[in-house]
Amino acid sequence: MPRGKVSVHEERCKGCGLCIEACPQGVLSFSGDFNSSGYDYVTVDNPEDCVGCGFCGKVCPDVALTVYKKQKEGV
Amino acid sequence: MSKEALAEDTAGMEKVFDRPKSLNNQQFSYCPGCHHGVINRLIAETIDELGIQDNTVGTAPVGCSVFLYKWFDIDVIQPAHGRVSAVATGVKRARPDLNVFAYQGDGDFASIGTNNSTHAANRGDNITVFFINNTLYGMTGGEMSPTTLLNQKTTTTPKGRKAKDFGPPIKMSEMLSALDGPTYITRQAVYDVKRIDQTKKAIKKAFRIQTEGKGYALVEILSACPINWGMDPVKANERIKEEVENVYPLGDILDRS
Repeated sequence: MPRGKVSVHEERCKGCGLCIEACPQGVLSFSGDFNSSGYDYVTVDNPEDCVGCGFCGKVCPDVALTVYKKQKEGV
Repeated sequence: MSKEALAEDTAGMEKVFDRPKSLNNQQFSYCPGCHHGVINRLIAETIDELGIQDNTVGTAPVGCSVFLYKWFDIDVIQPAHGRVSAVATGVKRARPDLNVFAYQGDGDFASIGTNNSTHAANRGDNITVFFINNTLYGMTGGEMSPTTLLNQKTTTTPKGRKAKDFGPPIKMSEMLSALDGPTYITRQAVYDVKRIDQTKKAIKKAFRIQTEGKGYALVEILSACPINWGMDPVKANERIKEEVENVYPLGDILDRS
């Protein structure tokens, strides 16, 4: 099971690609598709590698990402 | 993804990043890769964390961030161009119980509103000012602003800004730090995660100075304008790091808090 999860609000994404650059795990990539505003939105390519660091969310200028992180066991 | 599928996928997980409550669901009208969005989120998050959403008023500039009232779930006043610090002063003096922040671009703060912003700083009014410096006029098409770098090409300086014609770029934060009025002046950037975290700390400190009644706090934030710089968002971030930061060094410039 992955340590984290990121979900992309596709309609909010403007395809700037800053989250793809910021992700240390290479989880995100461009979808190659377009949302209703005509932007090539970002999609989660390797969900298994996500560690829930939240870097993608922090750099996103459109607050289009939600990040979850697995809670430590026994805490 | 459906809500049920998401709930199943995130079972046993904690939400570590989400849209702050002080922003509503309206999409920003900023261009892709614009730093205004990051800065708006940082301010909204800070308002959430300090628990001051119900008694905070913002004042928005003329420029790309003119629609702050559409995106923030707090009261926002949109004064005439350049009068943002002055109106923030008025709100604060009429209602000292409110937290008031002014949000201004370089065209607003350093050009048409220089007199207003300078005197607000000199009076040491108990307000928090955010000065977003992207080195040109973004909304109107990328014209030269007072903070445009030397040799930077803009639509009104197609051969680059020359000091003999326009003077060198104006350093507002350094200029205001020469005054006795201000309490805290800092310059930050948001081009990577580390800088974003530092900027958030500075924003929080600036708000705290106000809630503690210590006076005027200014946070200048270097911002990218990928569209008018003619760069993709990643290159625009590199430009701040390699070029803009050399003229406008980061860090606290004045701290009397």
